[in-house]
Amino acid sequence: MITYPFHYKKAGSVAEAVALLAEGGKALSGGHSLIPTMKLRLNAPDTLVDIGRIPELKTITVEGDELVIGAGATHGQIAASEVVKQHQPMFAEGASHIGDPAVRNRGTIGGSLAHADPSADWPAMVLAADATVVVEGTSGSRSVKATDFFTGLFSTAMHDGEIITQIRVPVNAGGKASYQKFAQPASRYAIVGCAVVKSADGRVNVAFSGVSEAPFRDTAAEQLINSGQVVSTAASGMSILSDHYASEEYRRHLATVYLKRALAAVA
Amino acid sequence: MKTQITVNGKPRAADLEDRTLLVDYLRDSLHLTGTHVGCDTSSCGACTVHLDGVAVKACTILAVQADGCQVTTIEGLAKGDGMHPLQDGFKECHGLQCGFCTPGMIMAAADLLTRNPHPTEAEIRTALEGNICRCTGYHNIVKSIQWAAEQASAPLLADSHLWTNDTVTREIVETA
Amino acid sequence: MSNRYIGQSVKRREDKRFITGKGRYTDDIVLPGMVHAYFVRSPYAHARVTSIDTTEAKAAPGVVAIFTGDDVAALNGVPCGWQVNFRNGETMREPKHPMLIATGDTAKHVGDPVAVIIAETKALATDAAELVVIEWEELSAVANPAKALATDAPKVHDQYPDNRAFDWTFGNPIEEVDAAMATAAHITELEFVNQRVVPNAMEPRSYIGQYDDVADKYTLYTSTQNPHLIRLLMCAFVLGIPEHKVRVVGPDVGGGFGSKIYHYTEEALVTWAAKEINQPIKWTSDRSEAFLMDAHGRDHVTKAEMGFDAEGNIVGLRIKTVANLGAYLSTFAPAVPTYLHGTLLQGLYTTPKINIDMTCVFTHTVAVDAYRGAGRPEATYLLERLMDLAALEMGKDPAQLRFQNFIPPFDGVTQPGYQTQVALQYDSGNYAPVLERGLEMLGYADFRQAQAEAAQTGKLLGVGFSTYVEACGIAPSAVVGSLGARAGLYESAQVRVQPTGKVSVFTGSHSHGQGHETTFVQVVADKLGIPMEDIELIHGDSDTVAFGMGTYGSRSLAVGGSAIVKSIDKILEKGAKIAAHRLECAESDLTYADGKWTVNGTDKSIGFGDVALTAYVPHIYPAGLEPGLDFSSFYDPANFTYPFGCHIAVVEVDKETGKTTLKRMIAVDDVGNIINPMIVEGQIHGGLAQGIGQALLEGTIYDENGQLTNGSYMDYCMPRADDFPMFETDNQVTPCPHNPLGVKGAGEAGAIGSTPSVVNAVIDALWHGGHQVKDILMPLTPERVWRAMQH
Repeated sequence: MITYPFHYKKAGSVAEAVALLAEGGKALSGGHSLIPTMKLRLNAPDTLVDIGRIPELKTITVEGDELVIGAGATHGQIAASEVVKQHQPMFAEGASHIGDPAVRNRGTIGGSLAHADPSADWPAMVLAADATVVVEGTSGSRSVKATDFFTGLFSTAMHDGEIITQIRVPVNAGGKASYQKFAQPASRYAIVGCAVVKSADGRVNVAFSGVSEAPFRDTAAEQLINSGQVVSTAASGMSILSDHYASEEYRRHLATVYLKRALAAVA
Repeated sequence: MKTQITVNGKPRAADLEDRTLLVDYLRDSLHLTGTHVGCDTSSCGACTVHLDGVAVKACTILAVQADGCQVTTIEGLAKGDGMHPLQDGFKECHGLQCGFCTPGMIMAAADLLTRNPHPTEAEIRTALEGNICRCTGYHNIVKSIQWAAEQASAPLLADSHLWTNDTVTREIVETA
Repeated sequence: MSNRYIGQSVKRREDKRFITGKGRYTDDIVLPGMVHAYFVRSPYAHARVTSIDTTEAKAAPGVVAIFTGDDVAALNGVPCGWQVNFRNGETMREPKHPMLIATGDTAKHVGDPVAVIIAETKALATDAAELVVIEWEELSAVANPAKALATDAPKVHDQYPDNRAFDWTFGNPIEEVDAAMATAAHITELEFVNQRVVPNAMEPRSYIGQYDDVADKYTLYTSTQNPHLIRLLMCAFVLGIPEHKVRVVGPDVGGGFGSKIYHYTEEALVTWAAKEINQPIKWTSDRSEAFLMDAHGRDHVTKAEMGFDAEGNIVGLRIKTVANLGAYLSTFAPAVPTYLHGTLLQGLYTTPKINIDMTCVFTHTVAVDAYRGAGRPEATYLLERLMDLAALEMGKDPAQLRFQNFIPPFDGVTQPGYQTQVALQYDSGNYAPVLERGLEMLGYADFRQAQAEAAQTGKLLGVGFSTYVEACGIAPSAVVGSLGARAGLYESAQVRVQPTGKVSVFTGSHSHGQGHETTFVQVVADKLGIPMEDIELIHGDSDTVAFGMGTYGSRSLAVGGSAIVKSIDKILEKGAKIAAHRLECAESDLTYADGKWTVNGTDKSIGFGDVALTAYVPHIYPAGLEPGLDFSSFYDPANFTYPFGCHIAVVEVDKETGKTTLKRMIAVDDVGNIINPMIVEGQIHGGLAQGIGQALLEGTIYDENGQLTNGSYMDYCMPRADDFPMFETDNQVTPCPHNPLGVKGAGEAGAIGSTPSVVNAVIDALWHGGHQVKDILMPLTPERVWRAMQH
């Protein structure tokens, strides 16, 4: 398996990355979404701009009431981060179930979000956490609410030439959160990934990966739960994915089961 | 592109086509054929090596991405002429049959024992999620890793002589 | 003969090179001037090539040569190793399996090769392949074996419009079975699919063809289970080149499981093309290619009925099966569903009347060949699913139902072997104790109590049983010959004692994970009474090893090991003559033990090394005796061997999701005498994993166009470490009465017994949860189990 030929450029800073990407090409972070598709020749960028070793993208800090995760932080780094464990433990726990240890050592949160695989784990977590995705391009930096970020199957609100620089996650002081995943047995991607974030006042946010063409906030379920009612069917009104591991009917059933399990975990 | 990668402690200079995968560089240019390719989808782990001290899949990394980094392969795991405890463990507990997945298994296990010197059976099984073996049913691989963990009086630092990064927080830092 | 090594868990001698990264698999080998091959393949399951244009590709950077079907039209097709004719006597249909699909011909499965690009690097060959322009006329395809029998089904081979390769019936006449079934008080009926699975040896296939124009000699390095067989098939059938002008080397091979028996077109092509361009050529499969091109396993659609009298005694067994052979006939394809399957339907029960009706069909899929167990897992699955289901239906205990139907013990020495209704005569068996031991390990009474208690708390626990017998050590040549085998199935061995008393053993068996370098040497060391360090084992090179049939069918030790013993016997016989001469006594006065011949009743002796030296420096030497101490032997077994055992699975099913968790896997196997318990246990473990994988995780999925939709590890679920508990294994020893080591074979047992035990356990869990389902399609994915619980 070998990719098409391409030119490799290494960016030393976000500014350099943005400048290089303005000339065309695709950003390469950990490469664990991109390189496999390039090897299968499903993807053929003529230039790769390596943003995987930009120090400013790798930091994890707390700024005020926000946990700020650099887009280049690896899943493994987030899973092991004491800062994350303290301020948004669901992110650490959820990260520890992405891929496998070697994949977690390379794959990055920014790369995963930009790729926007509907079955990836991060989208449900950032959606439920009401996170903000910070992107930067030639016209500067802008913040996109997670709820506005995912626009469809493998598509996001990012513009050409932009890269993700940060994921800003509100610190949920006094609250609880849980990410529950029913994994596809071969790929271990989510058939259903359900993230529930419960704030200190008891209100919950619910988001799903794997269930529909794009990850989504299950606002119908949220309304029911937050008004004290029981959710009989999760992902109500959504179009549901179907494949040989989970039909539409079964996936919807699983979504309901996993919502129940996630709610139990934050009870 | 010109690269300088330290492989098993030796600086290696190369001028590679940009699309060269790390695994192909190791196998084809350096003839370090202990690192294997078993799939196309980053799934099987036969190509697992350590990059700056942590396990990675060399089939999913461009060689140019490793420029300036330290790579350890199965050939460089043991210090000196001896065996790494995991190598002994795999032999002692019959943790291999055809041997094809074995280098990757050992490199993945070394990464685990670095983070978690005394893992439970369940932790070992979870840590091998990205490494496929078709021969052993994993039973003896689990025992091999347990054996190695028991042998080590101090935490097993797989290749500490090469490490430059913080193995606890997994912060990746540029290596000089 | 005292055993110092036999029976000991000697650590493997081959391990050092593998754990240090010094193994040498074919893809690790680099030859001077070597170039690389890439195959352009059919993207369709069925399509006619209307034109091929390689002009642009030939001009691409680094391209050395391109060959298409027109260039290799003179080459023959890949031969099939077995002929099974129609029941009416019509000859088995054997369509040509061409090297490359030529213009005007049709590709018959996705991946069927059309052209081979040879370039300086694999990358350049891959790049150039995209420049080959092929016009296709896509045709309709059929992948499902049952659908292939429909009158309007797409035809795989135009000359065989009914898509049948042959049909076959075996056992008692159907009228007798029908009559027996008519007396049954209860008939358990089951329609099921034994799904197609992909062997997935971790080392993808890899070949290097080389040609020496001075010696006019070819060398093929190949990841194969049987190097000599590849040489024979390639020389005599495909390329038509003299056998002595070809050397085939099977270096370290990363697993086979049956998929590396077949002589693949790529092997012959790189060998042929190496001469055409006079440069060595390497081809290594990608995993995606392996899913499309490596021989698959199983793929039966079956209706089975088992009749019982009012007491629960089996009165008859009636089977109708359609087996998918794929588009072309692989080496063992015709034998797997017939003589490796139909002949095992006695199981370990006294069933008096058995009949199987088998139809073997072509489809637009890659060839099916032997996969770990080959036919015996399918037979065991059929029988053992019926047994557990019958017990549930009749309200009987599944263990007791087995006990009452078991064939009584027979050792094959003082008691004759057991003559089955399906031709085979079992060598020795003692079936009840393995099940008793399994029940003891399970804690059966406690389990049933725990199951009932779990049900109170909403948990579904289930236990599934499987007791199996299989046929290994394939096999007496005359017998398999009468059944349609086109080769003998003996094995060869040479034992060469060097002048210094060190020993080189050459075996025609091939080790690709089985540990021959250790086990075989243990045998030789004990038989000769010398240290293992003094012995080396050589295998896998047709220029070094005289001949070999290779490793499959759990035959290496039973057949290959026995050939070694025969050579050792000859060594010791000649050695005794030399020793007697040196010790000035009669041979009959000598005893050989611990590496020396001793004159009985004295302390006079001569060591093995001294005798060896004498054989090569024959100064004081028996008159008329040839110098040297080096013997070859061929061993052709008297019978198959018949290992048996009991596998018990315990599962927990998540009521809400249908997800099955394997909680316990118990295996009590009787594989005859054991040379190296550690290695045998490892073989059992690996087999269990593959059998459990088939039950819960693995299976191909073809769409209506014949496309394999799960041809990668992202979709085809390979078992991982966290899919299993620690296995609980034990063994019983009932020696094989007809080979010198008393061994039966352990390579496939785990895969043969385990699959039905796991499925039975899920069915048991569901019945105890109030869902009386008879069958769930394998693999038992969570959705399938969940759906089964919706009724």
